Amino acid sequence: MNPSSSQLGKKISTQLIFLLLIVLIWTLMTHALSVSSLLLPQPDLVLHRLLSLVTSGEWIEPFKITFSEVFTAFFLSSVLAIGLGFLLSMSTLMMRAFEPLLNAMNAIPAILFFPLFALLFGLDQGSKIALGFTISFFPILINAITAFTSVEAIHKKTAKSLGASRWQFFRYILIPSSIPLIVSGLRMGLMLCFLSVLGGESIASYNGLGHQIAEAAQAMDSELMYAWILLVIAISFALSMTLSQLERMGRR
Amino acid sequence: MDPLNAEPSSLKLLAIRCGFLLLILVLWELSARFWVDPMFLSPASKVISSLPALLSKPGLVNALALLLMELIMAFVGSVLIGTALGLMVGLRSSSRKQFLPIVLLLYGTPQITILPIIMLLVGVGVGAKVTFGITHGMFPVILTICSSLQNINPIYLRTGLSLGASKWHTFRYILLPAILPNFFNAIRLSLVASLLGVLLAELFASANGIGFFTRQFTESFDPTSLFGLILVVVFIAVSANTFLSALQRKLSRINP
Repeated sequence: MNPSSSQLGKKISTQLIFLLLIVLIWTLMTHALSVSSLLLPQPDLVLHRLLSLVTSGEWIEPFKITFSEVFTAFFLSSVLAIGLGFLLSMSTLMMRAFEPLLNAMNAIPAILFFPLFALLFGLDQGSKIALGFTISFFPILINAITAFTSVEAIHKKTAKSLGASRWQFFRYILIPSSIPLIVSGLRMGLMLCFLSVLGGESIASYNGLGHQIAEAAQAMDSELMYAWILLVIAISFALSMTLSQLERMGRR
Repeated sequence: MDPLNAEPSSLKLLAIRCGFLLLILVLWELSARFWVDPMFLSPASKVISSLPALLSKPGLVNALALLLMELIMAFVGSVLIGTALGLMVGLRSSSRKQFLPIVLLLYGTPQITILPIIMLLVGVGVGAKVTFGITHGMFPVILTICSSLQNINPIYLRTGLSLGASKWHTFRYILLPAILPNFFNAIRLSLVASLLGVLLAELFASANGIGFFTRQFTESFDPTSLFGLILVVVFIAVSANTFLSALQRKLSRINP
């Protein structure tokens, strides 16, 4: 399952070349073609702003706010979604009844409810937590249901014929066989929480990483906006790399 | 966990589904009437009975039509662009190795961060919303096409080669049948994603669309209209998805 190290090296080098190419084009556009600095500020200036953002510690406060929202939303949605998924998967009747409902609900863009959450929970952290919860709930739930219901029939039969108790079935058959799918659902859910919290913060909020980008954009301070964008992109890559690493460790 | 897996009667299933929806409606009604401040939550009966009044608000039907138009443009755009890019990246294994990591890198980027840049580039209007819808909706198509081409059993390709299949024949009889079954799932994901992109852009900045009205209703503490508007858009989203599912079921009976 793991790509061999040479393949991994190749993959990373392609991505690095791509990034370098972007920086090159960016530099070319700003220095040689003199694209308006409002649209695309010069990369060295942006880098300078980014460095001062990082070194001054200005990023820590919004970062903390954003991630406390992300983790609260993620905790709530994962606990509730996995619990509900377990309960639903206990009965074939319920599964069959709720499948089309869940599919339809999954098609609803939950971002639509954000104005409502803003009204109900205010522009502070509450509305972002509610949004993150709603957006990440269904992917986690659907993965959990699939995981709990796709226990191999032969394992069930073996457990039954060996006289496994309910607890033993749960502990030794259901949990091990459903963990991988649940974990990938959780990974997707956490990333979705992050994205939706950022979205909520950009649309309406007082603080957080998304708010910083939107505020810089409104102030027409392009250098600062690009600096925050680069910072958020870096954070999201770090988050997704960490999650893949954790997932791989959990699989073993 | 019943090993017999007896098929439940469709009447019973329908009853459970309707019961669940009814339960939600009742909970909504009760919580709005007794627990939550009417400034923030409006009961279901009031929202539904004031739908006609909502739709007759000046400009609102136009806003809905605008949303629908943006959604259709973004959806068609993301399917076309996604298919083109997916085939470009996915058809050869060499280009797949080179470009797929880049696609994944871009897909992993939180797109909301570049929304202000898109607005700067194309202005606040239909263009920005459609662009943002496309950048959201094209990735499921690209990734699905690439992964279904990647998962083709190499035996088929070799058989085609040794039987002297032309490029077109290989595409028509080996590659296309591998893509199509997953393609419709991808299209549904793409619809949901492009609607998400369009709505994000609408809510972020909008002069006459849905975003304008939701902001107006939120700021004037008018939960009845806000709920009604959300219900209408939810209805649009669910029926578009149901339509595509039905289409998928119908088309999957035809053998490519």
